[in-house]
Amino acid sequence: MAERMHHCDVAVVGAGPAGLAAARAAASHGARVLVVDPQAAPGGQVWRQDLRHGVPAPARALSTQLQRAGVAMLLQSEVVGHSGSRLFLRSGQEAACIDYGALVLATGARELLLPFPGWTLPGVTGAGGAQALAKQGWPLRDRRVVVAGSGPLLLAAAATLRRHGTRVLGIHEQASRQAVAAFAAGLWRWPGKLAQAAVLRGALWNVPYRTGSHVLRALGDRTLRAVELRIDGRDVTVDCDHLACGFGLVPNIELARVLGCELEFAGAHAHVRVDQWQGTSLATVFAAGEACGIGGVDCALVEGAIAGHAATGNGNATGRLHARRRRARRFAAQLQRHFALGEALHALAEPDTIVCRCEDVPMSALAAYAPGREAKLMTRCGMGPCQGRICGSALAELGGAVRDGFRPPIFPVPLEVLAGFGDARPAGQTPGVVK
Amino acid sequence: MSATPGVIQLRVDGRQVAVAAGSSVAAAIAHAGGTARDSVSGQRRAALCGMGVCFECRATVDGRAQQRTCLLPASEGMEVRTRG
Repeated sequence: MAERMHHCDVAVVGAGPAGLAAARAAASHGARVLVVDPQAAPGGQVWRQDLRHGVPAPARALSTQLQRAGVAMLLQSEVVGHSGSRLFLRSGQEAACIDYGALVLATGARELLLPFPGWTLPGVTGAGGAQALAKQGWPLRDRRVVVAGSGPLLLAAAATLRRHGTRVLGIHEQASRQAVAAFAAGLWRWPGKLAQAAVLRGALWNVPYRTGSHVLRALGDRTLRAVELRIDGRDVTVDCDHLACGFGLVPNIELARVLGCELEFAGAHAHVRVDQWQGTSLATVFAAGEACGIGGVDCALVEGAIAGHAATGNGNATGRLHARRRRARRFAAQLQRHFALGEALHALAEPDTIVCRCEDVPMSALAAYAPGREAKLMTRCGMGPCQGRICGSALAELGGAVRDGFRPPIFPVPLEVLAGFGDARPAGQTPGVVK
Repeated sequence: MSATPGVIQLRVDGRQVAVAAGSSVAAAIAHAGGTARDSVSGQRRAALCGMGVCFECRATVDGRAQQRTCLLPASEGMEVRTRG
């Protein structure tokens, strides 16, 4: 038997804004709620605790409310499989199980990282990655940082990096000047976002923001030394210590996929299909926030609340939330439209550029095989511990392999944890397939 | 072990490192001037995503191999090994 057995009315996977909002809504109806998250503290990515600057105020307020409402948190814990309405987890270094009445998937998003020459060098991270690392104490003071990629996350990342004492040399947005201008011109319809943009702009007033500009390669021998950029058609080399480069976000849908929730595609990337109550195609499973398509913190909060009410059979409590959700999703659509990735980014990788960082598979090795399963079996691309979370999304974006499935475990699980599940083994999982 | 408030002492590849309380093990490895792991073809690799999905920051922590160090808060007296 599992070492730790939990029972709850509503299990919430993910302690970001969507998950916390779902937990609050569910708990407001008296439900026993349990929230699971791999991080050591709640907040997800957008509300990640900053070692030096604390927890964002809205996250602190929400966490306090949840504590008062008696919501339980299972942190440093990750769902690795399921069987019926039982979830199997790695919790710390131990096995745990959760039996739930209803489940809310608030699994958030990860960064879209695209391969380019030199992207495996130490010193190159995601943009959100650099932000997350800064907040967890990564040494950045006085480092020269280039921020590149696409989307408003670049500004947020640059602002965080600056607060941690870095010298941000420039922000390089791949979207054109016209696209960014059109986006900015529409911001008046979302005054909150406009204010946020103004604050970021103020924090970064003397940092060059270059549109129509993208990374070509990272240079260095054992570690990053410089970045080659294309700025308005001109190639420029910039000496730096750190490159923070991300091309937007992709939904984390692996758990939804293994559970059997129907997915739909926005461009190259799948998200969970939900109805107006945030219900998935499975009767007792709900989803909210980035897992339902990249939408940002406003979508996450409102969808989480709807999901939490609906998961306890209180869909009638969601009245005004539906209009708020429509508005938040409209903003998200604007972002997707204006920051759409340009074709030039598809051609950054060279034949010897590594695509699968777990198994060190270069682009050239994939060329001989049909995208997807064949390429995977012949090259091991996507078969390492990240299970294709990085290279699979990158290849999907580049028009290569659209991933054709995902098998448990949802994250690699140590044998001792698997042994802890005893006879109650997760569906579709045999010891032979565990890394 | 010293007990300066707000400071955690740990060892990375045998080297003593002091980091602020609340730092991740990944950050401690960076403070020690190191990288996390050697890739399957022998390249040095360091943290990439910072949020536990890319697995680039794996290291051995207190004898446990393959730990994602960006998910792991540094704690007093920890022993971290970055290769093999």
